Amino acid sequence: MMKNVIEVENLVKKFGSFVAVNNLTFTVGKGEIFGLLGANGAGKTTTIRMLCGLLSPTSGKISVAGYDAYTQPEQIRANIGYMSQKFSLYSDLTVWENIRFFGGIYGLWGKALKGRALELVEEFKMHDFKDIMVESLPVGWRQRISLAVSLVHKPPVIFLDEPTSGVDPVARRMFWETIHHISSLGTTVIVTTHYMDEAEYCHTALVMVDGKIGALGKPGELKQKYVVETMNELFLSLARNGNTKS
Amino acid sequence: MPAIQVTNLSKSYGEVKALSDVCLSVETGEMYGLIGPDGAGKTTLIRIIATLLLPDGGNARVLGLDTVSQYKELRGEIGYMPAVFSLYSDLTVQENLNFFAGIFGTTVKENYDLIKGVYHMLEPFKDRPAGKLSGGMKQKLALSCALIHRPKVLILDEPTTGVDAVSRMELWNLLHEIKNQGITIFVSTAYMDEAKQCDRVALIQKGTILGVNTPEGFAHMFPYKLFAVYASDIWKHLDAIRRLNACETAYMFGHSLHFATKSSNENADSLGQILKSIGIDAMVKEIDAGIEDYFIYQLSEK
Repeated sequence: MMKNVIEVENLVKKFGSFVAVNNLTFTVGKGEIFGLLGANGAGKTTTIRMLCGLLSPTSGKISVAGYDAYTQPEQIRANIGYMSQKFSLYSDLTVWENIRFFGGIYGLWGKALKGRALELVEEFKMHDFKDIMVESLPVGWRQRISLAVSLVHKPPVIFLDEPTSGVDPVARRMFWETIHHISSLGTTVIVTTHYMDEAEYCHTALVMVDGKIGALGKPGELKQKYVVETMNELFLSLARNGNTKS
Repeated sequence: MPAIQVTNLSKSYGEVKALSDVCLSVETGEMYGLIGPDGAGKTTLIRIIATLLLPDGGNARVLGLDTVSQYKELRGEIGYMPAVFSLYSDLTVQENLNFFAGIFGTTVKENYDLIKGVYHMLEPFKDRPAGKLSGGMKQKLALSCALIHRPKVLILDEPTTGVDAVSRMELWNLLHEIKNQGITIFVSTAYMDEAKQCDRVALIQKGTILGVNTPEGFAHMFPYKLFAVYASDIWKHLDAIRRLNACETAYMFGHSLHFATKSSNENADSLGQILKSIGIDAMVKEIDAGIEDYFIYQLSEK
């Protein structure tokens, strides 16, 4: 049996009288690629912020990497990686300098830092450009370096927020191959995307509608259950019934 | 006379070549898509066509008017919706609309029939400051403002970026309604799957047009045989599949792998056998290439 890295039970978040997240329950296992999908305003960002220990829930249970979101948000933040569509790399530092800088922030230093940086260069095949300034690299590569950097402290869980937005079709697929690679090495991946073909690349997909679970399961099983050909059809049929527009 | 005629257009920012020798031609009444990833040159091309940026070389004509020497006449005839929300956040929905109508010397009332389809969704929020609208609603307001002077050509820069799949579909439905009123539409996007919404599409990458065709036409430009391969745990086998002699390219497309081969002898059965010989139990189907297959082919050629 897979060990659960994330456990969420009856999770609720209210902003005043507005219920942004309404009674979510799900688990994510070690090495699982978990897609969090939903229309704008469906509650994805609020959910991710709670899972990252950045926002306190109104009620319900969350544990991430074994830590409790109410009492141990700092431990959660130290044990997750985060990468968003906006590059968090320093464009006027080299790839190597970026890795070392972010490693330092997470408390690595000396031999341990150098060792980990070398490991990442190896794992992400960055030898040829580790001494190049980030700003002069193509977008697809910067994306992969962002991912490498967010793994510098070897977090058991990584959050990817629309990581492939606007990237060319080849780079987008290479990025997903990297996601599958790190997943096969045991890192749990939580990912959001607006590309519905990418929903098919997840082991498990959660479609949020108006803060609730619209659908949850393996893409193959969900398509069978809802009698649709693609995750896009499933998404459109669920999200259209939602009421998130304002 | 084409609605938009772009001839040998180039533009550089310092050392960076944003556009090199771009040529394209958009027919009157056409829905024309400009598709490419971030940094391909989409916004530069659109800004030149919208008279907002000067080219280094070549020229662009819209409705027969030169975008540089005749920009004043042209601006009254085109509607432009930039990629970034550019309305007044502290004015209400209605105030923004009145403001833009006023600038173009017209009134909301005069052109209401044109924007009705878009604007009726906004009407419940007409007294709300534009800055307090949701992303989808901001966009609908921007579209209303771009249409309020009844332009002959509507130019939209990535209207569907960062927007969810439902709002994307709504927006395309609105664009089709606008097209049906006889307005020529030039629209850019990074989503390859939106090609099917357009009459014709130009693919752009690194400032160069890779090809222009109808969405279906790109299938004929794809030079290899293409197969869809369905197998469980296929991600684990990608390296092994790419090492096969028969394999030109292999990339995931949703729940299948698109396998391109140069060898005309292969068929679904023989490819199934080849995959079996490396331990992969797969269902294989020959398919037509789509625009994204063509784009990947072009990228891999370089």
